[in-house]
Amino acid sequence: MDFVNAIILLLNYIFIPALTYGSQLALGAIFVTLIYGILRFANFATGDMMSFGTMMTILFTWYFQSLGVSLGVLPTALLAIPFGIIFMILYMLLIDKFVFKYYRHQKSPPVQFAMVSIGVMFVTQAVVRIIIGPGDRRFFDGEKFIIKAREFKEMTGLNEGLAIKSTQVLTIFVTIVLVSLLFWFLNKTKTGKSMKAYSDNEDLALLSGIDPKKIVLVTWVIAGILATIGGALYGLDKSFKPFTYFNNMLPIFAAAIVGGIGNPFGAFLGGYVIAFSEILLTYAYKKFFMYVLPESMEPDSLVQLLSTDYKFAVSFSILVIVLIYRPSGIFKGKVL
Amino acid sequence: MRKNLNVIAAYSIMMVLILMVGIFQSWNIALSIFNLCLISAVMTMGANIQWGYAGLINFGIMGYTALGGLAAVLISVDPVQEAWRAGGFDVIMSLWLIVVMVLVIRFILKRFEKSKIRTYSIAAIIISGILLIRFSAEPGIEAIEAVDPAKTGFLGGFGLPIIFSWIVGALFAGGLAFIVGKVALGLRADYLAIATLLISEIVIAIIKHEDWLTRGVKNVIGLKRPAPYEVDLQTTDWFIKLVEKFNSGKLSLIENLADRQAALNQLVIEGSSVFVKLCYSGLFLVVVIILLILTQKALYSPWGRMMRAIRDNEEAANAMGKNVVKQHLLIFILGSAIVGIAGAMLVTQDGLFTPGSYRPMRYTFLIWVMVIVGGSGNNFGAILGGFVVWFLWIEAAPISLFLINFFTAGIPETNALKAHLIESVPYFRFLMMGLGLLLIMRYRPKGILPEKIEIK
Repeated sequence: MDFVNAIILLLNYIFIPALTYGSQLALGAIFVTLIYGILRFANFATGDMMSFGTMMTILFTWYFQSLGVSLGVLPTALLAIPFGIIFMILYMLLIDKFVFKYYRHQKSPPVQFAMVSIGVMFVTQAVVRIIIGPGDRRFFDGEKFIIKAREFKEMTGLNEGLAIKSTQVLTIFVTIVLVSLLFWFLNKTKTGKSMKAYSDNEDLALLSGIDPKKIVLVTWVIAGILATIGGALYGLDKSFKPFTYFNNMLPIFAAAIVGGIGNPFGAFLGGYVIAFSEILLTYAYKKFFMYVLPESMEPDSLVQLLSTDYKFAVSFSILVIVLIYRPSGIFKGKVL
Repeated sequence: MRKNLNVIAAYSIMMVLILMVGIFQSWNIALSIFNLCLISAVMTMGANIQWGYAGLINFGIMGYTALGGLAAVLISVDPVQEAWRAGGFDVIMSLWLIVVMVLVIRFILKRFEKSKIRTYSIAAIIISGILLIRFSAEPGIEAIEAVDPAKTGFLGGFGLPIIFSWIVGALFAGGLAFIVGKVALGLRADYLAIATLLISEIVIAIIKHEDWLTRGVKNVIGLKRPAPYEVDLQTTDWFIKLVEKFNSGKLSLIENLADRQAALNQLVIEGSSVFVKLCYSGLFLVVVIILLILTQKALYSPWGRMMRAIRDNEEAANAMGKNVVKQHLLIFILGSAIVGIAGAMLVTQDGLFTPGSYRPMRYTFLIWVMVIVGGSGNNFGAILGGFVVWFLWIEAAPISLFLINFFTAGIPETNALKAHLIESVPYFRFLMMGLGLLLIMRYRPKGILPEKIEIK
């Protein structure tokens, strides 16, 4: 019985939160990796673009709530996400037209692109803060829990409860559907294949008649979808605050690079690598050992490898180690 | 003279702007802007050495600034004897353990051939070493943090004058840069940017959460000052006489003796804070001028020419027999050390150390905007960038408030959109910085004062 309790404990405090957080990171990391693979620059505006998409989603959520539209047990935000995506894509295309296009035609080095993306970052932060303000916002409505800890305890008679939030299930489900669709698109359709070709060798792709304008457009459209959904899911699960989104850029970068930048599947797995290592290394295992070990061997301390304050530092250290020893990432393989 | 006309013109405009703030707002605001402009100028000089001279991208400026600030704390705060007694031994033992660990790793690296076993054994040593240090230092750290946590709860510093910390800050930052440079400089440009950014975040995380060393988010306040205190000045005779002399015209207009005394008191209070700020300005100006002379000399020396050669064509410079790796490391350390000085200066001026306030927006990206806007590769340009961008950063709110009121003059005050815009005035500074950076990069990619290389 103690063993089952220990498993439930790990599920509740490590596995499910890490899976959720990892999914949110994975979506962002695929966004970073796509921009890097096809447009060839490290986009420092990643976090802020995600916060822009989330902001649009929130605005539409409020609008639908004021109209009295709701999805019952599901959050209204699901209804608002498509509209958020449309505005996100329009914003990205606008920025591409006025900012990135010029440097693409100039064939500027990646460093210059990165600098320009910092300008975009500043502007996007300003836009988001001016429209919705810098405060913390929750926009979740509907049923909060699928299983509550207390209900689970009564149901099974175990000591440990298992709480599953509906946002967690939603995040994991949406991520799986979206990522499968994306891989199907990249591997099976003609446009997806031409994107791969473009990312592999630009000149050769242009020679074989691939239209670069179309590739860039499709890239931004996919990026917009990923950024909005990733951002909105994070906001639903935790809360929306522009500053947190800016900070989230760092673990997202870490996930993308750990997975091998330019490789969407690597980025997808990289998100989970980062999330699991952050949570595994900062979780206090005292209770777990109390269940597993006999009473005489129970630990006195918290059995925590690192304090939770160092959560971010864990992912950054992983990234730095990967960058130094294996700059092409863990899951090297073919680009895009 | 002629060819420096644009430099002189740009700096004159900048000075006039600051003087205007002094006249229209207050001299206190003008001087605090000026002081922070000087500190920003030191930071941009550091970033400019790395980016403008050598083309190295360093997004870790925040980390070096914070280390400089930490140096100010460790140098100037009086040692907390009780804390040393409580846990000093444990902490020193842990430091020794770290040294031993590093030596063992070095020994293994030197002694054995590169192999899988070597890599794994080094990893094992590092992991077990960290665990050992963590568990052996824990009781000491807890004891230190338990010593009067509301006031101290940390080891304190050396109790020396804070001005020494400017040098120590440079050493700290240079030391970190040496480690970072050793591991990360081989990366290509955009990876280096990301790696330095993340390393600086790790540095901040450590400073924030190692309370025994830095007091963490509890902040260290009331640091010693190199300048006199306002309260002391207000009761000093010569200072009151000085203020009286400066304002004799204004004071003589007041008939009533009591009123005159009240007015004088008010002036003395204002004057004392201006005087303290002026002291800081003097100190900072000395640092800026010394650094400017040194960097200018370096730029036009054979060493500076070599750095430009490495920046413009690494392979060619390598083929000419220049040790690119070594020079990159050197310039990375030099630039970071200068940023460390700025970090110590900043804490000296504020008189407090708040690890929570180190954010990449303010201490990394803003500095980069300064360098790019001012003109990378040109020291005068970088300093000007520091002045212009910091001035706009502070004055953005009044400027945008004015613009909003101007463009919405016909709309009544109660209009929701107008009220919302006026409420979000503080965020227009981000917009200004972003647009400024984008416009400069597009239409004047070399900055306001471009780099010019004189070939004789």
